[in-house]
Amino acid sequence: MREKSKTQITLIILVLTALGLFLANRYLDPYKIRIINLSGIYVTLGLSMNLINGMTGMFSLGHAGFMAIGAYTVGILTMPVTMKEMNFFMQPIVPFLANVEWGFLPALFAAGLIAAFFGILIGAPVLRLTDDYLAIATLGFAEIIRVVFTNTQSLTNGALGLKGIPNYTNIWWSWGVALVTVWFIWFLMKGTYGKAFLAIREDEIAARSMGINLFKHKVMSFAFGCFFAGVAGGLMAGMLGTIDPNMFRITLTFNILLIVVLGGLGQIGGTIISAVIVTVMMEALRFLDEAMDLGFVQIKGIPGMRMVVFSIILIIVVIIREKGLVRRPKGRELTYAKN
Amino acid sequence: MLRIENLVMRFGGVVACNDFSAEIKKGQIVGLIGPNGAGKTTIFNVVTGVYKPTSGQILFNPTGDQQHRLTGLSPDKIAQLGVCRTFQNIRLFGELTVLENVFIGNHLRVKSDVFSTVLRLPHYAAEEKRMYEKSLYLLEKIGLQDTRNEKATSLPYGMQRRLEIARALATDPKLLLLDEPAAGMNPQETQDLIQFIREIKEEFDLTIFLIEHHMDVIMEISEKIYVLDHGILIAEGNPSEIQQNQKVVEAYLGVG
Repeated sequence: MREKSKTQITLIILVLTALGLFLANRYLDPYKIRIINLSGIYVTLGLSMNLINGMTGMFSLGHAGFMAIGAYTVGILTMPVTMKEMNFFMQPIVPFLANVEWGFLPALFAAGLIAAFFGILIGAPVLRLTDDYLAIATLGFAEIIRVVFTNTQSLTNGALGLKGIPNYTNIWWSWGVALVTVWFIWFLMKGTYGKAFLAIREDEIAARSMGINLFKHKVMSFAFGCFFAGVAGGLMAGMLGTIDPNMFRITLTFNILLIVVLGGLGQIGGTIISAVIVTVMMEALRFLDEAMDLGFVQIKGIPGMRMVVFSIILIIVVIIREKGLVRRPKGRELTYAKN
Repeated sequence: MLRIENLVMRFGGVVACNDFSAEIKKGQIVGLIGPNGAGKTTIFNVVTGVYKPTSGQILFNPTGDQQHRLTGLSPDKIAQLGVCRTFQNIRLFGELTVLENVFIGNHLRVKSDVFSTVLRLPHYAAEEKRMYEKSLYLLEKIGLQDTRNEKATSLPYGMQRRLEIARALATDPKLLLLDEPAAGMNPQETQDLIQFIREIKEEFDLTIFLIEHHMDVIMEISEKIYVLDHGILIAEGNPSEIQQNQKVVEAYLGVG
């Protein structure tokens, strides 16, 4: 009975979300639609980072790097052949990519898979580290990716970036992917592998003694996280149409980390809500970056002032509710769902 | 079942365990005692792969025809072979529920791959159902079925110790290592625990190796006892032999 009513609620939420998106798509102006798109992408990003940081307890700060890989994969694979010639005027693009023009779906898949591949490649040596060391190593990796992309002229067009990537991303793509991510992570965490991730987060020594292969599970979780980061990066490329290596700086990772911490480490629902709120607030608080006249004092416009607000919120949350704004519901039961 | 041969464990200049040998036969309950800092937990840590011994070897023979060398294996491999343990300073998965703790103990026997768990393919669903039922059964066994949705750390101390045993049982061990299972328990709880250990030994066909400070527990249930002092084996034998052993008395009471 309870199981059944839960499914009904989930269905109702899904239908309402779809209806809301449909109406938004129809009646809102492009700027608002873009914010909705961005929210969807940040839901995917927040969840993928929460899987690594919140659920498996690995403090990784490499998200921007994996997004860059995904964004460039989609950019290069979907860009029309003539557009490529225009972009790569400094040095021609490597021959084997010159004539590729894929659809959006296979390109997104490729973006995820390549990001996951690099995740495994990086993860294999780096995931043996813990805490701060892992954070530094992954942070360094993300920066390396950015620097490499700035210098591989014939592959990524270097610092010039890519322009004219087809604008495939719409509300259905961004929220469709977000939904798939929610679904994937939800069932992953419900199943035995997800529980093993949680066990690793709680106590590595005990997890190991219960027969859980730490390395295998950490790499697995990291690869899934990187996959979705890559896909989200690809969606970002399809939304913006223009990408360059400087977009994927450490600040991008921190925006996602903000979502994860506000939403609560290890919480799926909280992450979705905080992803939407943070994305909307980022736009809504833009007035803070502009010049202000408070009557008694005049403030010149300082770009990035709105980030101060987020920093303050983050500090307050960390002090007062260290487990995130949304708490895990009490008395939640681990149930065996009957088919 | 388990044979420890000439085990030496050094940490820098400290010799935590020196030339320790022991043998545990199938179906036995064997005790390991000694004053604080004698190196008992070190031996458990070496057997379960947490530490790599300086020298010596450990052989594990669960069925009588297959010899496994445990030294050099990682803890998860050792657990998969059927050696599981509890911890002296309880190490439950604190933020998770009681049921989840036991459920995770089943994970090492899972055959389905991760994608079939996400897609909930029928063979995984069947597997999960078995794991779930087994976990519930184990909880019922330790009397925690009603608190299965509570956070593990919210349980009273004695119950947390039992939960650790249940979690270890979920891994289907052949050899169970219990590190001070009666620590912090009152006499009544201790009696229950002795009963409980005997029960699970029969039901799950276990061999048990335990460290304990409560002499009444060790003397009552062990068939064989090893006594350690400063990393050296000073006596071995059945409970009555140990009680009369002069060296043991000196180690515990000091030489006058």
